[in-house]
Amino acid sequence: MSSPDDLTGPKQRLFEARRKVFPRKVDGTFRRLKWAIMAVTLTIYYATPWLRWNRGPYAPDQAVLVDLAHRRFYMFSIEIWPNEFYYVVGLLVMAAIGLFLVTSAVGRAWCGYACPQTVWTDLFVHVERFIEGDRNTQIRLDRAPWGPAKIAKRGTKFVVWLAIGAATGGAWIFYFADAPTLARAFVTGTAPYAAYATVGILTFTTVTLGGFLREQVCIYMCPWPRIQSAMMDESSLTVTYKDWRGEPRSHGLKRAQAQADATPSLVALAQGQKLGDCIDCNACVAVCPTGIDIREGAQIGCITCGLCIDACDEVMTRVDRPRGLIGYATEADMERARKGETPVPPIGRLLRPRTILYFLLWAGIGCGMLFVLGNRSHIGISVLQTRNPLWVRLSDGSIRNSYTLKVRNMEARPRSVEIRIDGVDGVVWDEEGNRATASRSVRLDVPADKVAKAQLFVAATAAGPQHGDLIFTVRALDREGESAVDDSYFERPEGAK
Amino acid sequence: MADNKRIDTATGTETVGHEWDGIEELDTPMPRWWLFMLYGTILFAIGYMIVYPAWPMVHGATKGLWGWTSHGQLQRETEAEQLRKAPIMHALATTPIERLTDNPRLQAAAIEGGRSAFKIYCVQCHGSGAAGAKGYPNLNDDDWLWGGDIKAIHQTLIHGVRYPDDKQGRLSQMPAFGRDGILKSDEIQDVVSYVRVISRQDRPNASARHGAALFAANCAACHGPEGKGNRTFGAPNLTDAIWLYGGDRATLTETVTNARYGIMPAWGQRLDPVTVKMLAVYIHALGGGEKLPPPAVTASADPVKPNVQP
Repeated sequence: MSSPDDLTGPKQRLFEARRKVFPRKVDGTFRRLKWAIMAVTLTIYYATPWLRWNRGPYAPDQAVLVDLAHRRFYMFSIEIWPNEFYYVVGLLVMAAIGLFLVTSAVGRAWCGYACPQTVWTDLFVHVERFIEGDRNTQIRLDRAPWGPAKIAKRGTKFVVWLAIGAATGGAWIFYFADAPTLARAFVTGTAPYAAYATVGILTFTTVTLGGFLREQVCIYMCPWPRIQSAMMDESSLTVTYKDWRGEPRSHGLKRAQAQADATPSLVALAQGQKLGDCIDCNACVAVCPTGIDIREGAQIGCITCGLCIDACDEVMTRVDRPRGLIGYATEADMERARKGETPVPPIGRLLRPRTILYFLLWAGIGCGMLFVLGNRSHIGISVLQTRNPLWVRLSDGSIRNSYTLKVRNMEARPRSVEIRIDGVDGVVWDEEGNRATASRSVRLDVPADKVAKAQLFVAATAAGPQHGDLIFTVRALDREGESAVDDSYFERPEGAK
Repeated sequence: MADNKRIDTATGTETVGHEWDGIEELDTPMPRWWLFMLYGTILFAIGYMIVYPAWPMVHGATKGLWGWTSHGQLQRETEAEQLRKAPIMHALATTPIERLTDNPRLQAAAIEGGRSAFKIYCVQCHGSGAAGAKGYPNLNDDDWLWGGDIKAIHQTLIHGVRYPDDKQGRLSQMPAFGRDGILKSDEIQDVVSYVRVISRQDRPNASARHGAALFAANCAACHGPEGKGNRTFGAPNLTDAIWLYGGDRATLTETVTNARYGIMPAWGQRLDPVTVKMLAVYIHALGGGEKLPPPAVTASADPVKPNVQP
């Protein structure tokens, strides 16, 4: 800590060595909450690709599948085609607004509990603690010179980390292919090159980010803490040290004697003033996974994981003081508490215009998407007119145009469809047919869950507008009889009668 | 302003020295691992310049230890692509042209291959959309000078039209009725009048009635008594709506006076057989392709049979 007068002090450095963090083990409400969330999120992550979902003989039976090769995204009963990518955009918008909602209501809860970086770092920290021991043992090991024991411990830890990293990358690839098939191929060495590369890259990033970089990701790399600084206000929950209760801090007796002159708390004691509840035991600092001191106030390094609350509560119980010296509180509540008023009840804190607006936006987009999803058509047509040449004169003087049609069948069964032309008094035929047998419509068989492409020819008399409308209607020849329409044009030579 | 640097009390970090309405910016030190990453990228760049071509010299650049070139990469990728296409090219080579359409995959491959070959060899005359130009037939329509079934198109492509170096080529020559003095100028006008009547561009008139007799005597041998053409000689049908050079009086007069002698190279001499085959399939699929005549009828087919395919 430097004061404004310290300009003559040591020159400020451009780069700073990392302060090593050795979080101490702690138990308590929030630790148990973190265990539960870790179990749920990791289970979801590892188990989801193995869920099955029957879609009939023409579609994969994996419940959640991003089928990049065939450009389909399956999620239980929903199947998304690339042309419906706006649903994915909608989901991302919902995720963003959801984060806004969570942040304005309960602060950085995402950072503290649900973020993959937090969950995996937590897992890696536990592995580390299991192999190398708790905080003090770890610090000793870190300072110890390299020897067989240190190599063995560090080596074991690294191998377990690698295994977790490989499992993480290994689970990821199953979202992109049939999980049992890929698992078999992966083990026998016949999986595609991309699968091995993906596992390799994700193993590397998992071990690097979860094992080594940890809090550096939150402090330096992640943009979300910066955005959240702007999202939070005085009514957002955050982990708070209640300085009005804790200050002035009382040090341990021995240490206090050694620093008798410099310690204000002892001066206060001598003056008979009331001491704060904080005994300056540094338990909150020791357990912090990002190595910050929560008593310095809200800061970018705090991911609000609540472990300092657990640690402080444990100490407060031991020294027979009320728990909650560190706890979740809003800035507004802190102001009230300082004045001795009762805090706002949670319902009043959660229901304010900002959170309600976020919720309405979030729910509105969600309901809108569900509505559109439920009402979407499972057939589609797109017509591309051949532009070169625009028209062809046939030997009897009539005019022919040609079109490339794409008919989308989004049902998981083959369908026969009829394509009819309207707007021009002509006939239509496809590559198989010919003009002699042509009529106002053609039939087309579209395979299950596929796009069928067809080259269509339309011929009409030369008499007519140079640039006339031509409407293509596709109708499924089944009980549902779904249909779709696309507009195009029928071109005739300039000056045609 | 920049000399207003001070140490911030709360963080102990120096400020950058700027101040906007009381808001200052901290000059927070970067983490050291970030600096190491910068050094890492510098090392990568040095390694890159050693193994890849990098340093510009007087003639070209340094070769690099790995000997990579963009030409070499293109060649490798081209070879890999050719290897990938080898089975389908083999199938195209061994399947008779009239059987190609039985296999939709083979047909689709041939059409795409033909499309790209067309863009290289044919567009100069026939246009990028194969719509032709004056003197160069439109390949999209249903009118064929030498036949529009897949075998006839293939034959025309291999041997060309009036191509001097190919004796099996499509060969015919229209007499230059005016230039060679076969018909007099007013007789030519009468023949032109008649042609414009049978092509339903003009109403019958005296000149056309004169021309009818001249047509029967001079033109019907190739163009047929009704003027519906003859594919054996590449003689165009004069009664339809399609004109290779033009159906107006001036152009018809020019055609009858000086004749026409359109030439297409024999592509069998220039391209490999598979490419020619793919071109034939592509052209046949443009919209005007005709079905093969039934085998039994082929031998005795009336050569003057007009194009019935509408």
